[in-house]
Amino acid sequence: MRLGTSAIIGGVLFALAIFVGLFAPWLAHTDPVMGANLMNAEEPPSWTWWFGTDAQGRDIYSRVVHGARISLTVGIVSQLVNSVIGVTLGLTAGYWGGWWDDFVNGLTNLMLAIPSLIFALAIMAVLGPGLTSLLIALGLTNWSFTCRIARASTLSLKSQGYVQAARVLGYGDLRIMITQLLPNMVGPIIVIGTLGMGGAVLAEASLSFLGLGIRPPYPSWGSMLSEARDQITTAPWLSVFPGLAIFLTVLGLNLLGDGLRDVLDPQSRSRRS
Amino acid sequence: MTAAPLIEVEDLRIDLDDGAKHVAAVEGVSFRIDRGETFGLVGESGCGKSITALALIGLLRRPLSVAAGAIRFEGREIQGLSAAEQRALRGNRIAMIFQEPMTALNPVSPVGRQIAEMFVLHKGKSWREADQLAVEALANVRVPAPERRVKDYPHQLSGGMRQRVMIAIALACDPDLLIADEPTTALDVTVQAEIIELMRNLCAERGTAILMISHDLGLVANVCRRVGVMYAGRIVEERGSDDIFRACAHPYTQGLVDSLPRLGSRAALGRSRLREIAGVVPAITDFPSGCRFNPRCARATEICRATAPETTWLDAGGLVRCHHHA
Repeated sequence: MRLGTSAIIGGVLFALAIFVGLFAPWLAHTDPVMGANLMNAEEPPSWTWWFGTDAQGRDIYSRVVHGARISLTVGIVSQLVNSVIGVTLGLTAGYWGGWWDDFVNGLTNLMLAIPSLIFALAIMAVLGPGLTSLLIALGLTNWSFTCRIARASTLSLKSQGYVQAARVLGYGDLRIMITQLLPNMVGPIIVIGTLGMGGAVLAEASLSFLGLGIRPPYPSWGSMLSEARDQITTAPWLSVFPGLAIFLTVLGLNLLGDGLRDVLDPQSRSRRS
Repeated sequence: MTAAPLIEVEDLRIDLDDGAKHVAAVEGVSFRIDRGETFGLVGESGCGKSITALALIGLLRRPLSVAAGAIRFEGREIQGLSAAEQRALRGNRIAMIFQEPMTALNPVSPVGRQIAEMFVLHKGKSWREADQLAVEALANVRVPAPERRVKDYPHQLSGGMRQRVMIAIALACDPDLLIADEPTTALDVTVQAEIIELMRNLCAERGTAILMISHDLGLVANVCRRVGVMYAGRIVEERGSDDIFRACAHPYTQGLVDSLPRLGSRAALGRSRLREIAGVVPAITDFPSGCRFNPRCARATEICRATAPETTWLDAGGLVRCHHHA
């Protein structure tokens, strides 16, 4: 497997984000919430305050570092939920067909027809703000693409000799799905999942910006942007750094997704070699 | 001998029904295979031999279905078994190998794993035991260095090796019947001979009966004791494989035999053309009335176009369905 440049750059950016998220307490200079000190309010970036400070005198660098935890948790967990839902529905729909297939297809079309952010907004409105409801809202609204891919892969894989052979050899339905179908479709699912993760990070930022996601004073990149919007002319560093963090993470995930597609897609692989 | 045959097919009819059309793809097919016996089904593409095999293991899917007749495995009707009982039979008592060893193996799973899965699935072994048994199974099909090969993926193996792996999977649970559907069509002629030899020896050692399906009359006659010739969904002649070449009774069989090149014959030396059977197999939707071979048959008369021939039992053993059999 040869990784392309974009996959490497994307992978490094994503790995960096994960690293920052994992080691946030050690990397941060001050406590992101309690480390307020009005003596240092609205300091521009300097050697002491790398990313500057906000109106309460909290270190923006420390808040961005801690924000990585929330953004990545939301991105990874909600996309995992999406993948599990999408693959389960798509795989079973493609495999069994019949009314179940019609039902899942209808549901997928319904999900695609409603803008997922609006749908997530509605769910958040019912559940109230907070990390858990954010995970539920984003986890339930973005599985339609995964579902489509899983169903399409199942339909094409189902007629493959080895799936037929497995049936002839006495495999049950569940065993066929798990041992024969699932491993043969992980490539596209991973690609969609990686791209979806970037989407989820953005969606979290949007919802938090709208005040429905993570509530201040807890640092999430979206909520930091939301708080900073009034001072964008007077203290631009308040919005630039969280924005940059979102930008780099999502860019990294998208590059990684594209790069993985090149590696995992057998057709593009044979074209290159 | 009064023992029940291993598998007995009686008057099998398979219908193709896609809502708009309703036709019998296979009709009046009967044969029996005893324990350890070898039986071959020969016929052109589309004559119904493969769907007959699928019916034996209860795997016909819409639009195909068994419309009439009986398939009994050890005296038990296969159609009457529950889905779970059928699954327990498949791979365990009745195994099957396919034409395309390239596609019949899962590309993302090591071959050893795929063999081991059979022991886990049907024999209730632990994965550790099963992995051991998989190495033995590969050694049995004469794959060199089996303990290293088990970790290989299908794309790392040659066609012949893959077909050996398929045989190892099929014979893993010591089945009573092995269905071989065109097992060597995709292989080189030399590899073909090795694979056939291997399959025959292994089955003989274990007392496994073989149902071999092929378009290659010579190959089938070489492996099997008895041969059934199928044409357009019917068995037109069933004979001992020695008799087929010596004195076949049905004009279609005669055509097949004549179309085989023979060593030293004029055709093989290039001095005359190989004989062929004129015309093509009729489409499943418009089988001719009467004897289905009549439009291509040199002996056809009025009766052939009007009524389908009954089964005639031959004195020499075997049966034929032709109004003008030899």
